[in-house]
Amino acid sequence: MTSENRHMAFICSKGNLDMALPALIMGWAALGDGIDVTLFFTFWGLDIITDKRIDKLELAPVANTSFKMSLMGLPTGNLGIPQIMGVLPGMTAFASWFMKKKIASLDVPPMREYVEMLIDAGANLYGCKMTCDMMKLTMDDFVDGVDSIVTASDFMDLTKGAQVIFI
Amino acid sequence: MSLLETVSLNEEGFLTNPEEWTKEIAVEMAKGEGIEDLSEDHWMIIDFCRESAVDSGSAPTLRQITKGTGISTKVLFGLFPKGPAKKVAKISGLGKPEGCV
Repeated sequence: MTSENRHMAFICSKGNLDMALPALIMGWAALGDGIDVTLFFTFWGLDIITDKRIDKLELAPVANTSFKMSLMGLPTGNLGIPQIMGVLPGMTAFASWFMKKKIASLDVPPMREYVEMLIDAGANLYGCKMTCDMMKLTMDDFVDGVDSIVTASDFMDLTKGAQVIFI
Repeated sequence: MSLLETVSLNEEGFLTNPEEWTKEIAVEMAKGEGIEDLSEDHWMIIDFCRESAVDSGSAPTLRQITKGTGISTKVLFGLFPKGPAKKVAKISGLGKPEGCV
């Protein structure tokens, strides 16, 4: 083939469960179709590759206007979870548990396995240097298979010609 | 005349009728996808896909293939270079996988 292979780069800046999944799902789909995939983890997104955090990604019901009670199968239409309930201890854990269960029912693997799948399928993963410096994270804190910690400028070099998606 | 001219394909090269699939067709299709020889592992994956489609009505996702055959993601991507998702389904004579994982 003469033309360069299609390349997609995802900038993962959030560590919430619902914000971690899009890059993994789309990245996996891209790899399956032979597209090169680069994932750059910055700020809260570093949770997705941090060994101590990856199994504990959460979803908070507070200030999430899309989180309706009907998600739990209740006939409550557009009624949201009252924000005052959302701040009660245990509500974030409950919402996260519930969402993980719902996601798993669709045959979606747990986060750690998902990241491993992408690595095994050939994705390149990088941590953001500035955030790592700030949060005192090193390669030792990451799951196996992360390529390296790079600067924003390195990221520009690594993704020349790629389609970049910021999440 | 190529074997593939004897069967009906859609515009993306998938068999429109999975019943028309034969091992010879699979070999021809694999060549079209850049895979010159189908190894034992390739056949194990193809067999799994076809059996799985009989039960579910559609081609399995990559994760279902790795879980179902015990072949690792790394090996699967090695066996079907440049993206196994559609290639596996096509060579197995099935439509595109409908799941996302």
